[in-house]
Amino acid sequence: MEMFNGYDSGKFYDEMFGTDGTVRTHCEPLLKKFSTLNQRDFLTRKANSELYFLRQGITFNVYHDNQGTERIFPFDPIPRVMPASEWDHLEAGLTQRIVALNLFLHDIYHDQQILKDEVIPRFYIEQAKHYRPEFRGVDVAGDIYIHICGSDLIRGTDGVYYVLEDNGRCPSGASYLLENRNALKRAFPAIFESVGVRPVDSYPRDLLNMLHHISPRREGDPICVLLTPGCHNSAYFEHCYLAREMGIDIVEGKDLVVVDKFVYMRTTRGLLRVDVIYRRIDDDFIDPVVFRKDSVLGVPGLMNAYRSGNVSLANAVGTGVADDKVIYYFVPKMIEYYLGQKPILPNVPTYLASEEADMKFILNHLPELVVKAANESGGYGMLMGPSASKDEIEKFRERIIADPRNYIAQPVISLSRSPTWCDGAMEGRHIDLRPYIIYGKDVKIVPGGLTRVALTKDSLIVNSSQGGGSKDTWVLHH
Amino acid sequence: MLSRVANTLYWMVRYVERADNLARLIDVNQQLLLDFERLDSERLRGFWQPIILSTGDEEAFSKLYDDSGSGEVIRFLTDDPRNLNSITSCISLARENARTVRDQLSDELWEELNALYLFTRSDEAHRLLESDPPKYYENVRRSVMTFLGIAASTISRNEAWEFMDLGRHLERADKTTRFLDVSSYLPPGEEGAETGSPGILHWTAILRSCGAMGAFRAGHHELSARGIVDFLIFSKEFPRSVRYCIERVDASLHLISGTPRGAFSNEVERESGRVLADLNFGSTEDVFATGLHDYLDKLQERFNQIGAEIFETYVLMPERIQSSPGPRSSSQSDVAAWQMEQQQQ
Repeated sequence: MEMFNGYDSGKFYDEMFGTDGTVRTHCEPLLKKFSTLNQRDFLTRKANSELYFLRQGITFNVYHDNQGTERIFPFDPIPRVMPASEWDHLEAGLTQRIVALNLFLHDIYHDQQILKDEVIPRFYIEQAKHYRPEFRGVDVAGDIYIHICGSDLIRGTDGVYYVLEDNGRCPSGASYLLENRNALKRAFPAIFESVGVRPVDSYPRDLLNMLHHISPRREGDPICVLLTPGCHNSAYFEHCYLAREMGIDIVEGKDLVVVDKFVYMRTTRGLLRVDVIYRRIDDDFIDPVVFRKDSVLGVPGLMNAYRSGNVSLANAVGTGVADDKVIYYFVPKMIEYYLGQKPILPNVPTYLASEEADMKFILNHLPELVVKAANESGGYGMLMGPSASKDEIEKFRERIIADPRNYIAQPVISLSRSPTWCDGAMEGRHIDLRPYIIYGKDVKIVPGGLTRVALTKDSLIVNSSQGGGSKDTWVLHH
Repeated sequence: MLSRVANTLYWMVRYVERADNLARLIDVNQQLLLDFERLDSERLRGFWQPIILSTGDEEAFSKLYDDSGSGEVIRFLTDDPRNLNSITSCISLARENARTVRDQLSDELWEELNALYLFTRSDEAHRLLESDPPKYYENVRRSVMTFLGIAASTISRNEAWEFMDLGRHLERADKTTRFLDVSSYLPPGEEGAETGSPGILHWTAILRSCGAMGAFRAGHHELSARGIVDFLIFSKEFPRSVRYCIERVDASLHLISGTPRGAFSNEVERESGRVLADLNFGSTEDVFATGLHDYLDKLQERFNQIGAEIFETYVLMPERIQSSPGPRSSSQSDVAAWQMEQQQQ
């Protein structure tokens, strides 16, 4: 326990300790086990897990470094622990959410009933950057649009879980979830055994079952492939990892060819028909004939095959409209509209700059709010009011007034913290949670998800591009 | 399997094999140098010149270096990133290829290659090259052996394996001819291999470079140029002899296409069959009648031909559709461009 001596849980919601410094009941077994380790032992095991990542090549390329330096993603060995009841609640909320999102996408790409009923103003959809009106009326297998969703959850000072955003295009990180678990199992096998943690290893199987489910070809085993932008993409490790775990081919755009509205891959024995593409390339780059003409990553003619129903894509084209932060605002309304249910997981309170009253509020409270551009991600295009300079605030004020459709604002949520090993001491660091929801024949969510941690002291930004790391997430059996 | 994947696996193994052969070549010759009396810089150039010539990279070398002393040659062949065929370049390229087909490789296999790559870029490697070069080359060779061993015990004997084996044996055959060719460039008076002649040490080095010393000794009492040439080209049993390697190449090609041995279904099988027949029925008399250098040169050309035909047949092939009526073939130029990136030596 010596490592936790002097740990200060601060004014935040701490995942392991209550405000009075007592250990939360569900963390007790873990802490008891950790207390049998001395610091040297702990550090050796930590170093070994880092070596494991390096040897496995679980690294990302440092751009602008011609030495070809590769770094591992920072990994913190102290897991985030979640009791079963808490997970059940999240699972129900996320399931409800993905069902509603898919009903919504089917609706706006067909009859647009939700717009006719004026639940969502038409203008928001039509001006959404990633709305693809040219795909209205195109049917997709099983009416599923978002097959894999990576919703980001955060927890405020009150301990309540909020949905921060839904990533319904190509959410990444699932391989880190799986590899974090492998690394931790190697580093602390004994601790693992005694605590009772739900396994996560069904993820690749669930993913493959979903891909089979959406195959347009009913007879025989469908041919599924994973389409990657190539080995220079920062998520390339993940693409290989998932393809191998599923036992499917990983292909680049140049490996595929479209002939008479069917997609084939180039093999040593000639062309082989492909039924399902798990694509890790954004809409914009997927077919130079339809979208960006300068894309060399895509497959010319792919959209023709897709429209004709000869190939399925996961995720479908046009899901980006649901990632728009303005559309996010309406998800609770979608749940009520399509399902007639109360949302189980709340959104973070959100103000839309296009609404007059909200706009007034935003402009009057800029120093207290987080302002976000509707279609940026990765922690970019953001104003953190409380820590911003006067200059930055004024710059954002101008931008919001010039283009209200593309801005939202939210109160600052002080993310919960988890004990994290930081240069010689255990300190509290802010975290979030990204579960991976798979929607095929039914909804599957591996227990937990990827816990991302902001390693910089007091930072609320967990993105790996901005100094974030990750932790293993333990959902307990009880 | 995907054409790109087949091509990548083939090149991954070729680069690994190339690094291994280079490591042996440099190590052996560096040690050989110790057996000579102090060499002046003129003699030293004479010593390394044949080795550079045999690798076929003399042009690149003379562009990069003014002098061909031990330091320059060793640096050029070992860890000069500007030489695409240096040991470290080969290992980087092998790993880059492995990275793009990571899903096809077992974890252990990838880890071994990645560890070798990390070693060649480590401070430890630089230190060893300065203070204990034999140890450096031994590390490289052992790692390659481990890599090939893991491959042999973890990869199913399917198409992927055959393409890897194809790369390994074609590269090996090529390297054996090149090492043997060192003898063609030796200064007059040093080309003989008879016991007591000044050339004996060079010929021993050639055998060692091919890792063939022990195997050769087991069947021969005397070292002779003729015996060594016969062994390295025509041995039916030694795994680095040209004949053995081409036998494996021909076998892999037939396993890939399913054509019975002795027949052919494409140009690459026709060519490998011809080369194999020449080796099966050839003799050292033919070699010396042609001239050793010319004979080896011709062989290398034919290996390149086989390499090009493999590419033509399995990567650049006409686009017929499996088990369905075949429509037209589309343009091949873009495919060619992306697959041509890899170069033969």
